[in-house]
Amino acid sequence: MSDINFLPVPEQSSVEKKFAKTKPMMTASEAILESSRCLFCYDAPCINACPTSIDIPMFIRQIMTKNTTGAAKTIFTQNILGKSCGQVCPTSVLCEGACVYHDLNEKPIDIGRLQAYATEHAIDNNIRLFKKGKPTGKKVAVIGAGPAGIACAHELTVMGHEVVIFEANKKAGGLNTYGVAPYKFSNEDVNREIKYISEIGFKIKTNSPIAKVSRLEKEFDVIFIGTGLGSSKKINIPGENLKGVFGATEFIHNLRAKELKVSVGKDVVVIGGGNTAIDAAVESSLLGANVTIIYRRSEKEQSAYDFEIEHAKKHNVKFIYLTSPVEILGKGNVKGLRCIKNKLKKSEIVSQKGSEFVIPCSMVIKARGQEKMTDFFKSIPKIKLNNGKVIVNKSFQTANPKYFAGGDCINGGKEVVNAVADGRDAARGIDKFLMKKNRS
Amino acid sequence: MANLETNFAGIKSPNPFWLASAPPTNTGYQVMNAFRAGWGGAVWKTLGVPIVNVSSRYSAISYKNNKLMGLNNIELITDRSLEVNLKEMKEVKEKFPNNALVASMMFEKKEEWHDCIKRCEDIGIDGFELNYGCPHGMCERGMGSAVGQNPDVCERITSWVTDVATKPVIVKLTPNVTDITKPALAAQRGGASAVSLINTINSVTGINLTTMEPNPTVAGQSTHGGYCGPAVKPIALNMLAELTNHPDFKLSISGIGGIETWQDAVEYFLMGAASVQVCTAVMHYGFRIVTDLSSGVNNYLDSNNMERVVDLRGIAAKKLKKWDQLDLNYKVIAHIDPEKCISCQLCYIACEDGAHQSIALLPNSRIPLIKEDTCVGCNLCSLVCPVENCISMVEVKNKKKKLVWANHPANPSCI
Ligand SMILES: Cc1cc2nc3c(=O)[nH]c(=O)nc-3n(C[C@H](O)[C@H](O)[C@H](O)COP(=O)(O)OP(=O)(O)OC[C@H]3O[C@@H](n4cnc5c(N)ncnc54)[C@H](O)[C@@H]3O)c2cc1C
Ligand SMILES: Cc1cc2nc3c(=O)[nH]c(=O)nc-3n(C[C@H](O)[C@H](O)[C@H](O)COP(=O)(O)O)c2cc1C
Ligand code: SF4
Ligand code: SF4
Ligand code: SF4
Repeated sequence: MSDINFLPVPEQSSVEKKFAKTKPMMTASEAILESSRCLFCYDAPCINACPTSIDIPMFIRQIMTKNTTGAAKTIFTQNILGKSCGQVCPTSVLCEGACVYHDLNEKPIDIGRLQAYATEHAIDNNIRLFKKGKPTGKKVAVIGAGPAGIACAHELTVMGHEVVIFEANKKAGGLNTYGVAPYKFSNEDVNREIKYISEIGFKIKTNSPIAKVSRLEKEFDVIFIGTGLGSSKKINIPGENLKGVFGATEFIHNLRAKELKVSVGKDVVVIGGGNTAIDAAVESSLLGANVTIIYRRSEKEQSAYDFEIEHAKKHNVKFIYLTSPVEILGKGNVKGLRCIKNKLKKSEIVSQKGSEFVIPCSMVIKARGQEKMTDFFKSIPKIKLNNGKVIVNKSFQTANPKYFAGGDCINGGKEVVNAVADGRDAARGIDKFLMKKNRS
Repeated sequence: MANLETNFAGIKSPNPFWLASAPPTNTGYQVMNAFRAGWGGAVWKTLGVPIVNVSSRYSAISYKNNKLMGLNNIELITDRSLEVNLKEMKEVKEKFPNNALVASMMFEKKEEWHDCIKRCEDIGIDGFELNYGCPHGMCERGMGSAVGQNPDVCERITSWVTDVATKPVIVKLTPNVTDITKPALAAQRGGASAVSLINTINSVTGINLTTMEPNPTVAGQSTHGGYCGPAVKPIALNMLAELTNHPDFKLSISGIGGIETWQDAVEYFLMGAASVQVCTAVMHYGFRIVTDLSSGVNNYLDSNNMERVVDLRGIAAKKLKKWDQLDLNYKVIAHIDPEKCISCQLCYIACEDGAHQSIALLPNSRIPLIKEDTCVGCNLCSLVCPVENCISMVEVKNKKKKLVWANHPANPSCI
């Protein structure tokens, strides 16, 4: 983009500094000090707040006793993506949010960073903690190499099943590779993690989008669907096709694929109130843009986490609440966004006649959520959907018994850690289904 | 993966981690939960003629933020009848045949000892531990540490037991003696297969400054108790080494005292223990701590390319010498890593006021400077430094040969 209203593509060294980790790796001293603060609670609330139920007090104790390998094993036994979760989980609303230290008005234990510390030790030294199970002769295809697919494949491999993952993208990792903010988890982080996990012995075929599932049915006993969500939702206002209008997930995908070397507008408006809107806004700001987020409701209704909103404010992102987009202005390129103010009557949005105003900008990012992959799911016989989400039972089995599913495609979009829990538990469901007669 | 299976003086257990005879082994319910959690063995709460306990019973030392650095108790042996204990021990043995179950005992009369041994063997017990250690309540009645402190009595009672017992007999020693080798050798003469050490140390943990009563209080009064927990480990390790290194002492040793982490356990093995027993750490955190004991010892053995716990046995004890065997020509000096230093200057003030005035402060830096010409290599600064591996003690190489006190020019008897 050679528009004068766009900033030049930044230099490698300068972006790296700007996108430095918000949760940097702990040193050994920090890890010992922090871990010795943990009370080793019984039936600890932090465990209950972790969707993968990691034995948090145990792994923290193991860090304290310098049994870092044991700590990594405790984590990976429950959550093979413990490294990414340690870095990307919204810990303040999960484990750390439940830490008993809150009741003493004390800082909670820094669980996420301790988790990253222990798992990094295992990955860095390539300590092999799990082995491929005794071959069962069963074959499972996994569609999508996101957190759900990887967790499922790992668990199935431990159980002795042969697994092949089919991934549409050039690289594995799903949104860990193409979605999560790079100041949480970098491309290098993903590559090292996936290499470490997959060395147990499952295959990942990248550049392999699955269009027709029937092809897989012949070769595989079970198919796991971990396809996540689709493209960013349209907002259906005039000007959506102008140059300079992006979907948030597409913008971030491009940012991650090009390793941060992308050009953004001088003035950027982000439409939406969720965490993805915040990520896109902060990333634009780090690339040098003046960023405004408009959200149709008020601050109270915003679904983004408080710590994310704080983070955006720290990066000079401006918030305009109770405002909806009406039209994207410009000829060829974006020149501005016409908006209208809203009032809330109970939860209903009522736009205020005559309150329209224009925010001049050269780039608009739409962050109103992602589409579901409804068409793809409809191509699979007998699968049932609820609002575009695949319906599964307790064992993560769909209405078609040969198909299991987990992650964003069944929950409509949660966190990495939820996808991991689904993938792991789906693997257990698949094992039960396949081995009905053979396991005692 | 290393193999943790243990054979302690003929008593087999899946790992060397046993519960010490104490409240965690009061009941079958507890011991079964412990075995489920992964403990290899348990020494049952000392059997005897049932006693009566007081309330309250425990007091502790907290150091800064750490609770139960040391625990003190004025409890006695089991307060339940022999019948009830035996019934539950039998149940445990039936449900967990592969775990070690040892009966701790303390009686006055020979017949009482013999009766209990027979009844324990009838229910399939794996071994016996003779409690010569209790430092309060029982010793006033001529039992417990009153036995452990008198080698002749210790030998006599041990032989009463070994005369009839067909299972291995462990003698549990009290640390409340000047020379631990005396009662240990008495136990050996009495025919014991092993000793365990230490039982608790005579103690008063502190005084309530409001009521001016010593802790723990029993209706306004108190009594001295037995001290255990992390604080006692150094005392136990020294006694353990004295036995390991004694040329005439041949029995297996079960190490007890302040064991909480796998590192503590490894230290006991390196000092010569063949199994370890734990009480306070379980009273603090529960049976689940055994997970880290097992995984930690396993990973440690793996990282040293060792296969079994016995491979560790006594390695460090061999390196514990009399002072006059140490090399007086060996020299280290402190080295500060400026990258790691956080400039708290605790090393400076420790050396300046408390040691050898060998650390300097510079006008334009908060990072202290070691005066290498005067540093004696005492370790103090590295001990107070709050940052891991920030101050290291670096050897100063010299070409001098080893020089011991006997040959040192300053020794008046050296010619
Ligand atoms: C911008 C953004 C930021 C986020 N930040 C965080 C965060 O900080 N912390 C956090 O915990 N969560 C975050 N999330 C959510 C998290 O990334 C997801 O919940 C998680 O990745 C879901 O995992 P998944 O495996 O279900 O799906 P995905 O990660 O979406 O993986 C699905 C994979 O399937 C592939 N695929 C799809 N269809 C096909 C097909 N037909 N054939 C072959 N392959 C196919 C896709 O290419 C993709 O690789 C974020 C999400 C977004 C969008
Ligand atoms: C409350 C309490 C009761 C104990 N009762 C006994 C006992 O009945 N018999 C015995 O041999 N030792 C008894 N002990 C001593 C322990 O078995 C053990 O030797 C001692 O506590 C040191 O180990 P530790 O530091 O792991 O606690 C008791 C200790 C405590 C704290
Ligand atoms: S709640 Fe907090 S203190 Fe308690 S175990 Fe969890 S992290 Fe440790
Ligand atoms: S620990 Fe249990 S028995 Fe002891 S005082 Fe508390 S509640 Fe009572
Ligand atoms: S004690 Fe350690 S951290 Fe503190 S000033 Fe000395 S060297 Fe630096």
